[in-house]
Amino acid sequence: MSKTNHSAARSRKRRQLADRLMSGLTMVCVAISVIPLVSILGYLIYKGAGAINWDFLTKLPAPVGASGGGMANSIVGTGIVVGLAVLIGVPIGVLAGVYLAEYGRQSRLGRSVRFFADVMQGIPSIVVGIVAYTLVVLPMQRFSAIAGAVALAMILIPFVCRTTEEALAATPHDLREAGLALGQPQWRVTLGIVMRAARNALVTGIMLAAARISGETAPLLFTALNNRFWHSGIDQPISTLTVQVYTYAIAPFDDWNAQAWSGALVLIAIIFVLNVVARTAARSKYVERS
Amino acid sequence: MTNRSFAHAVRTPPDRWSMQVTQAPAHAISVQGLHVYYGTVHALKGISLKIKTGQVTALIGPSGCGKSTFLRTLNRMNDLTEAVVAGSVFVLGENIYSPQVDVVELRRRVGMVFQTPNPFPKSIFENVVFGLRRQGIKDRRVLAEVAENSLKRAALWDEVKDRLHDSALTLSGGQQQRLCIARALALEPKVLLMDEPASALDPVATAKIEQLIMDLKGDYTIVIVTHNMQQAVRVSDETAFFLNGELIEMASTRTLFTQPADRRTEDYISGRFG
Ligand SMILES: Nc1ncnc2c1ncn2[C@@H]1O[C@H](COP(=O)(O)OP(=O)(O)OP(=O)(O)O)[C@@H](O)[C@H]1O
Ligand SMILES: [Mg+2]
Repeated sequence: MSKTNHSAARSRKRRQLADRLMSGLTMVCVAISVIPLVSILGYLIYKGAGAINWDFLTKLPAPVGASGGGMANSIVGTGIVVGLAVLIGVPIGVLAGVYLAEYGRQSRLGRSVRFFADVMQGIPSIVVGIVAYTLVVLPMQRFSAIAGAVALAMILIPFVCRTTEEALAATPHDLREAGLALGQPQWRVTLGIVMRAARNALVTGIMLAAARISGETAPLLFTALNNRFWHSGIDQPISTLTVQVYTYAIAPFDDWNAQAWSGALVLIAIIFVLNVVARTAARSKYVERS
Repeated sequence: MTNRSFAHAVRTPPDRWSMQVTQAPAHAISVQGLHVYYGTVHALKGISLKIKTGQVTALIGPSGCGKSTFLRTLNRMNDLTEAVVAGSVFVLGENIYSPQVDVVELRRRVGMVFQTPNPFPKSIFENVVFGLRRQGIKDRRVLAEVAENSLKRAALWDEVKDRLHDSALTLSGGQQQRLCIARALALEPKVLLMDEPASALDPVATAKIEQLIMDLKGDYTIVIVTHNMQQAVRVSDETAFFLNGELIEMASTRTLFTQPADRRTEDYISGRFG
């Protein structure tokens, strides 16, 4: 009797020890993975916050040699290029996602579209840049905002397509049947019921996609190029934060290097805001209890 | 010549059927030799029956015998699955599986209520007028009137009249189910199909739904699937007993439950199997 008690106590101790070891190990790994993130952010603020001032946010870059100036044109440029990419890419991505979720779930075409979307998500962005260069820059004979937007849209489309599909697939099948049983054609059920029910998830997916493409540099290098001045139309070269940061970071001037840090900080702030908005966006009062 | 007369011979019976139904609309639904297959599963094996206009008809039978399948052939909800349908199904005088039939229009005239309440994630009001809005009716007065009438007929008006613009998802399960009925009634269907409409509800909510069914009788032809014998006895005029994809017997509810003609019916209603 006492012997079994004894061995039970020992095995319990061993179990507790293993438990503690395991949770300790996971804590260490969490710390290791958080450290780079925190140190990047910290270093960015340390290096970049100093040069951020009103001029930086509102002025054009200063001529070479002169001090001061800012990145206003790059900030606006990022907004324009990302906005155009969203305008081009979201309708295509969402409709493709609707096709996958509502019409081609099991079909051969649906399966291959899904496969290509997944493959496209893994294509290096520099390759996307080359494709956009070939498709848009060469025929237009000019670097342009629109070429950069096309490149970013190509990155955005597969992402939005898949998040849309997942969002729609997660809405209850009941809702579709209810809509059809009320004598609604399929497209109205999709638009008026399924997509509305999935609205939050759709908006979140789009915002996350926008956040993601805001940080792209490689595909813009030889599509949107750069511009030291305000852009003069979307068919002209345009400055973006990422390319500007890249340009300033590799330049042999100390004040440009400092401004590169500030530009990077502004970029991170934009992406951060997009992410936060994505998580809280469009909380409809009607879906909370579903 | 031979060919033409053959085609004629094939076409004749349905025409005569529909004539009969329009002249004497005693039967809202007439089904003849209905077979349904899901791939290799033979779910319905030659069902023939008629359902009287303005009455409540209950479908009973053990799980998997094809009650839902039968119900879903009546408004072609089976189109959503890979079901293959053979035989003739006439609803309101129309062969609903003929290629000319407008399925969307059919489903407006044949409403359906599901086992689990499935309101849309919209307001109570928007749920009820959903079908109308989609028909292009925009007049607020008309919409409000239809919403009120439908909710009254579904015995829900008094409970929701002060909160029409709250989310439908804040209603209780029983209220949600009555909302789904109101939503169907708003389209003024002639036939109402109900697949175990009370099986997810508590006894009080169930009693309300049953009372509602009895109130709606006469104005609507109601076909209700139920696993609850007492419920069938309480609400229905006629009862059809299904077993393994076959219609074993159909009779007035009183007859079927007191003097069943078939041994298997008797076994089922006395709880010996299923
Ligand atoms: N979508 C489907 N695909 C394949 N087989 C199906 C499908 N729906 C139903 N079946 C099969 O058809 C038969 C009849 O099913 P049905 O749902 O009509 O039964 P039921 O009488 O409604 O049962 P319950 O009382 O459990 O609801 C069953 O054998 C079922 O497995
Ligand atoms: Mg069923």
